[in-house]
Amino acid sequence: MTLDFHKNHRLLFGTVFGLFLALSGIIAVGPALWVQNNNRPLPDSRPLTDEEADGQQVYLSEGCVYCHTQQVRPIPQDTSRYGRASAPGDYARLGPRDLWRQTPSVLGTERTGPDLSAIGDRQPSDIWHHIHLYQPRAVVGASMMPSFPWLYETKAEAAPGDVVVPVPQSHGPDDGVVVAGPRARALVAYLLALKQAPLPGATSTVDPTGSTDASGEALGVRIYGARCASCHQAGGEGVPGVYPPLVDDPVVLADDPTRHVQIVLFGLSGETIQGTTYPTVMPGWAEQLSDEEVAAVVNHERRSWGHEAPTTTADDVARVRQGGPPDEQ
Amino acid sequence: MSGTDTTTPHPTVGRPLTVAKARIDEIIDADHRLTRLVYVYLACATAWLVFGTLIGEYLGLKFTWPELGVAPWLSFGRLRPVHTNVVFWGWTSLSMIGLALWVVPRTSQRALHSLRLAWVALGLMNAAVILGVIQLLAGVTNGAGEFREFVWPIMALFASGLVLLGYNLYRTIARRGTEEIYISNWYILAAFIMTSILVTIAYLPWFQYGLGDTVIQGYYMHQGVGQWFTPMVLGLTYYFLPKFLNKPIYSYSLGVLAFWTQVIFYTMIGTHHFVFSPTPWILQTVAIVFSVGMLVPVFAGTGNFLLTMRGSWRTITRSYSLPFIFVGVVTYFLGSTQGTFEAFRTLNRAWHFTDFTVGHAHLTMYGFVVFLIWGGIYGLVPRLTGREPPQLLVGMHFWLAFVGLVVYVGALSIGGTLRGLSWMSGTDFLDSVRLMEGYWLGRAVGGTLMFASHLVFAWNLWSMRPPALFADSGTTVQRPPQVEPTPAGATS
Ligand code: HEC
Ligand code: HEC
Ligand code: HEM
Ligand code: HEM
Repeated sequence: MTLDFHKNHRLLFGTVFGLFLALSGIIAVGPALWVQNNNRPLPDSRPLTDEEADGQQVYLSEGCVYCHTQQVRPIPQDTSRYGRASAPGDYARLGPRDLWRQTPSVLGTERTGPDLSAIGDRQPSDIWHHIHLYQPRAVVGASMMPSFPWLYETKAEAAPGDVVVPVPQSHGPDDGVVVAGPRARALVAYLLALKQAPLPGATSTVDPTGSTDASGEALGVRIYGARCASCHQAGGEGVPGVYPPLVDDPVVLADDPTRHVQIVLFGLSGETIQGTTYPTVMPGWAEQLSDEEVAAVVNHERRSWGHEAPTTTADDVARVRQGGPPDEQ
Repeated sequence: MSGTDTTTPHPTVGRPLTVAKARIDEIIDADHRLTRLVYVYLACATAWLVFGTLIGEYLGLKFTWPELGVAPWLSFGRLRPVHTNVVFWGWTSLSMIGLALWVVPRTSQRALHSLRLAWVALGLMNAAVILGVIQLLAGVTNGAGEFREFVWPIMALFASGLVLLGYNLYRTIARRGTEEIYISNWYILAAFIMTSILVTIAYLPWFQYGLGDTVIQGYYMHQGVGQWFTPMVLGLTYYFLPKFLNKPIYSYSLGVLAFWTQVIFYTMIGTHHFVFSPTPWILQTVAIVFSVGMLVPVFAGTGNFLLTMRGSWRTITRSYSLPFIFVGVVTYFLGSTQGTFEAFRTLNRAWHFTDFTVGHAHLTMYGFVVFLIWGGIYGLVPRLTGREPPQLLVGMHFWLAFVGLVVYVGALSIGGTLRGLSWMSGTDFLDSVRLMEGYWLGRAVGGTLMFASHLVFAWNLWSMRPPALFADSGTTVQRPPQVEPTPAGATS
């Protein structure tokens, strides 16, 4: 028996086998076990509900992961857009779905579309998600995201309990109403559950706009782009019949900004604006935006698109916030 | 005995469009049952190539026309894993194996241990890909980790094929007629061994909770390309290049150095797919350091091949298989060096998550792996069957694929870089979507050329089919082991 790799096949291939197995243990299995066993779910996070977990499966099987990441890197370009840097604890609740399917690989490797780690914070409206999934270009003109109409049904009339999706006429079916199917409802429940729980010991709350380094005008532009443009559109023109325009809007142009601030803080629904009643809801932002941020975005709306309405300050916003939602809501 | 059939002179007039290529100089008198086995492997692989890249082409068009075909099974999210898994497990794997089933017995100077086991493996692997495609189209995924989308019962079919083939080739090598194990066989059998371990680890659940899954996913993705496709095609090239050039490999010991550094360094670099992710920082640093270490096997490998080619340019330009091999070797160098740069944190910051990675994936998988496979097929199959493809069509195949690849990778590399810079500048995300429109269209144009070349290739493979593909017209007795010498240099 010769101890020569060139001549002894048992030695050669045995070495390859042993070496690769050992290195795999050191570099993959060992570290995987270590991160698995040394990371706990964040104290303020909660497990997914059954519906949200089903939604996660829709997310995987419709291939959202190939275009969307769920990992915020600790570098400014990410933290200024998507939230705080992801921590191992954010993923600690993930595990194999069942005997047949493995742990969801939600981190992703490509960002054809934006990161979704905190999409539930950034875009809290379920109806917006439904319209966007049914037809992304109905709300985001430049989008190349695929549409997912097979998650929806078109019915002649909505039944009680149906989630009706008010797709703009230009993108909807000729007649009938669009209703979210069970898979769409689960998927959107999952998207809304994607929020970053605060890290233990961290002082500030989640700040997906990373606004700390910007102020005034720039801050307003940033927040408007990140929080408002998906519905009211970048130019403030809105989506006809679905989201109201803010250009030349009476509330935005009113001399007293109080109501404007109230709406941004506490949201609005069922209001008839310039003759149109909107089937959708304006979410309130009191929890996600600071006083400075609310003032900045309100002022942005009051000074853009040819507007020259009086502006507000963070102190005024703080007062309105203290006053709570107006009675009629 | 081999090499007995010298070619009759063929006129080279009447082909004004191409440089006259040398015709093959020998027809190997092989066991035609092995020839048929190899050919059927290649034919199945080619069917998967056409199917898989038709889907790749369609996916590319969807970036420009997202409404092109709206149905669950036509959607981007379901077809993307179909594309990647079909080209990985269907096309690339089966074609490499087909060639290896020829190379290993030949360099071991032994008949293949068992033809029947090889047929069984082909059935298992084809079944895995067919079932996997159906599974993905039906909207079922294992966990959506890339290249790991088949659920385990389906991947187990593929893995059993791997193990059967590994055993089959091991038995062939163990009973070899030479004293030394030729370097090709080091690479090829090592690939089977490492990949069998890899697939097993990737599908065991116990250490894959939470971020454990991410660590394994990085390891799996990189060992898939690094310890399966790479050593397989390198091993094949260590046989084909000297064989087609009819001269010894430049340095046998460089090949051995590249082998061991490949096995050790490549295994360590998986986490470079997750730089800046919440996986342990130290793991990422190790991956980056060894990504630099990878320059050793890459330089040793390409240096060895290029030095072997030195002085033979005339032979290369006159051959229709060697230009493919030349491109494959050069892109191995370029793509891998590019990969090292992508791993650096400063550059990864800009390139990670962009289409630049997709460009790298195709530069390597296509320019390196697939071009080497084509070089092997065009060199070997005519020698086995005595039938040559029309030279004009081989030239068309080469140029369509090559220009298509350059356009594809060029568009995504430039676009991906600009997109990364746009993200860093902090402008609206949608700006970066608009910015990519032209580059995505460029990719679709390159992809169209590539896809067209695959149709030409499929035709060429058909025109090289063995005379007795369907009818078993020859002897059924197992021939004595081949006594044709192994490639020059095999025993240095
Ligand atoms: C082909 C790539 C692609 C696929 C697949 C894809 N998306 Fe998108 N997605 C995008 C792009 C590009 C954008 C940005 C433009 C827009 O908002 O529509 C986007 C935006 C989004 C947004 C808005 C993000 C934000 O910050 O405003 C959400 C939510 C979203 N996608 C969810 C999904 C879900 C859920 C799926 C799977 C059912 C999915 N996407 C599949 C490309 C994709
Ligand atoms: C999910 C979609 C959505 C988002 C995001 C959104 N809005 Fe609205 N907004 C609406 C809808 C719908 C209405 C009309 C509600 C109604 O008619 O009752 C509205 C109404 C308003 C109004 C009142 C218009 C009027 O004349 O009464 C203002 C002001 C406003 N939004 C500002 C903002 C600001 C500022 C942001 C970002 C911080 C924002 N919106 C984000 C959907 C949205
Ligand atoms: C030494 C050589 C190499 C190094 C250091 C290297 C490095 C890298 C890095 C860092 C990435 C991740 C990029 C990112 O996501 O930002 C990557 C991706 C990739 N590499 Fe390489 N690479 C090398 C060689 C190869 C070879 C030879 C192949 C093919 C045979 C290959 C195929 C791929 C593929 C397919 C991906 C994409 C994975 C995915 O996200 O789906 N690489 N490589
Ligand atoms: C006609 C030729 C081809 C075209 C048009 C094509 C197109 C595509 C497209 C559009 C994607 C999706 C990219 C994205 O999600 O952004 C993709 C991914 C991929 N393709 Fe291809 N492809 C082709 C051939 C091949 C071949 C032959 C291989 C391998 C042998 C291959 C390997 C891959 C890999 C590994 C990925 C994943 C890349 C990543 O995640 O970074 N492709 N291809």
